[in-house]
Amino acid sequence: MARQAQESFRSVTKPVGVVADIRKNGIKSIYHGDGHNESPAPLEAIIDQSSQLALYAVTVGENVSDEISRLFAEDEFAPAAMLDAAASQGAELAAQQVEHSVRQQLKASNRWITGHETMSFSPGYCGWHVSAQRKLFEHLNPQEIGITLTDSCLMQPLKSISGVIVTGPRRIFSFDDNYAFCDQCKNRSCRERMKAIHTDK
Amino acid sequence: MLNQLSDSLLTGNADAVASLVKQAIDQKLDPNNILNDGLIAGMTVVGQKFKSHEIFLPDVLIAAKAMNAGMEILKPLLVKEGIPSIGRIVIGTVQGDLHDIGKNLVGIMLKGAGFEVIDLGKDVAPETFVEAAIENEAQIIGLSALLTTTMPVMKKVVNLATEKGLTGKIKIIIGGAPTTSDYANEIGADAYCYDGINAVDCARRILGVA
Repeated sequence: MARQAQESFRSVTKPVGVVADIRKNGIKSIYHGDGHNESPAPLEAIIDQSSQLALYAVTVGENVSDEISRLFAEDEFAPAAMLDAAASQGAELAAQQVEHSVRQQLKASNRWITGHETMSFSPGYCGWHVSAQRKLFEHLNPQEIGITLTDSCLMQPLKSISGVIVTGPRRIFSFDDNYAFCDQCKNRSCRERMKAIHTDK
Repeated sequence: MLNQLSDSLLTGNADAVASLVKQAIDQKLDPNNILNDGLIAGMTVVGQKFKSHEIFLPDVLIAAKAMNAGMEILKPLLVKEGIPSIGRIVIGTVQGDLHDIGKNLVGIMLKGAGFEVIDLGKDVAPETFVEAAIENEAQIIGLSALLTTTMPVMKKVVNLATEKGLTGKIKIIIGGAPTTSDYANEIGADAYCYDGINAVDCARRILGVA
């Protein structure tokens, strides 16, 4: 069934993304958003120590959401849930691909500094309030690849990811997951992200 | 035969479940017994196995599809004989939020447990929740949200239900990634449910169903 979900995902999706460099002052304004962020928070602490910053947005498209809805409507609950999981994973992989591309571009243009790493952060996570999406969208304009924002800062298509890719010295990407908002966090994916950063690639 | 029916649910054999329900009806078994001692009993075991990590979500959903196959055959008989469901629940994803996978799974689990579920879909206004609950004489409203920006709509539903004098008459349960038990208490909701099986337990507890 997992294989079926993967095949179904491949047949109905066409991942697309957009990425753009941004200066520190620009990201500070976007990060601040509507002023609802938690403080202290990881991203606010490392912006000034970063060497490069890039906004990005990716989506696997609307077709997959339509297919998931169709499967649910036909009582094909398990394939629907599996496809939903595959689509979420697909969006994550697309975001990772963008991060990889940023690294490659920095290397190709001789702007990559040995000992530096990249990590992405998204509104809605790690103390960065989701309302910051509005300013992120104003700067990046992902509407051109079909991603729009609702009044509640929800991206459509649903299986989309946006954020900022921070490049900087490896040491700045080491956080204790004991911020006040960590108590409410149910995935703690930061641990795996940090582990990946601090493992030689 | 009803044990066989339960076993077929556990293996997710929709054809066998449909066939056994037909046989049970042909043999003039009480429809209520077919429902409670066959279908719901089977889904209860499915829920227990999920909780103890013996099976996983896809297994539960395959069983739920088999349950639906049985219910399609049995439901007309239950309606004809005036046998009520164990409870009626209005569910939906709150206004401004379009995430519905969690809400869908909760609905599937509740139906599998024998509840009547009125699914209002996604991006549902507070007024729609309350009106649907009154109109359908529901005992519970189930609210889902995935965004911190849409969570406050849950409080609006609770406030509206209070304004309409429904406190105590219609219970409100909430769920979704950013919600917590503390948040449920803060907004005056009756319970927080962390997943679909837990929502079934919450609904049973609220309605005093064994």
